[in-house]
Amino acid sequence: MRIEYFQLIDQIVELDLDDRKIRTEATVPTTSTIFEGHFPGYPLMPGVLLIEAMAQSSGWLVVAATRFERMPFLAAVKEAKLRSFVTPGQTLSITAELQHEGSGYAITDARIASMGKAICDATLTFSVMPFPSAEMNKRMRETAERIGFPMEALADG
Amino acid sequence: MSSTFDTIANIIAETCDIPRESIKPESHAINDLGIDSLDFLDIAFAIDKAFGIKLPLEQWTQEVNDGKATTDQYFVLKNLAARIDELVAAKGT
Repeated sequence: MRIEYFQLIDQIVELDLDDRKIRTEATVPTTSTIFEGHFPGYPLMPGVLLIEAMAQSSGWLVVAATRFERMPFLAAVKEAKLRSFVTPGQTLSITAELQHEGSGYAITDARIASMGKAICDATLTFSVMPFPSAEMNKRMRETAERIGFPMEALADG
Repeated sequence: MSSTFDTIANIIAETCDIPRESIKPESHAINDLGIDSLDFLDIAFAIDKAFGIKLPLEQWTQEVNDGKATTDQYFVLKNLAARIDELVAAKGT
């Protein structure tokens, strides 16, 4: 996880387009400038970034479901619950399920756990639209390769 | 059994906190009821679930942008109800 670059997902562990589920992992860095302010003397992963991690995991699921033809943009966060503190060095298991794929939007249920303990969960709504630029699509594919996006999963569906 | 209009009016009232009695078949979802695009996603989701369909919002938006349709055709509620009935009927064929 490179928090400052908003790279919150280290690896896609599992992508199942039949069940419309994804599981990713990410390890919170042991040091970051973010922890200097959040909080001085008591570093905690900000809750908004946990929500972002759920959004990014969900986003990869939507990208997969649309075969890299559409880009999801976070539009709404509902029923977000931040249940446990996350500290530097902790490894997170992030799961998302595609609850509904509408025309131009998608809704996911996402959650994070660590060492079997529930960390947070939320229902997320995304606006889903064509990639604003070919360059962005290219960069997304590069990022996908870096985090182990299983391209073969797209061939099955 | 409630009508398609009643179902979508109830969805709108609940989703957008708009008094049910102010939602009429002639109401325009955007111009009269002031529903914005984000709230409409919630409404579309509820309609998709309630009727087992997929409202073709992208197609409708494209048609309006291309000047091939007016927003009245899709967002005046009696017209929206008619479109939903068509989609439900098409699903059964």
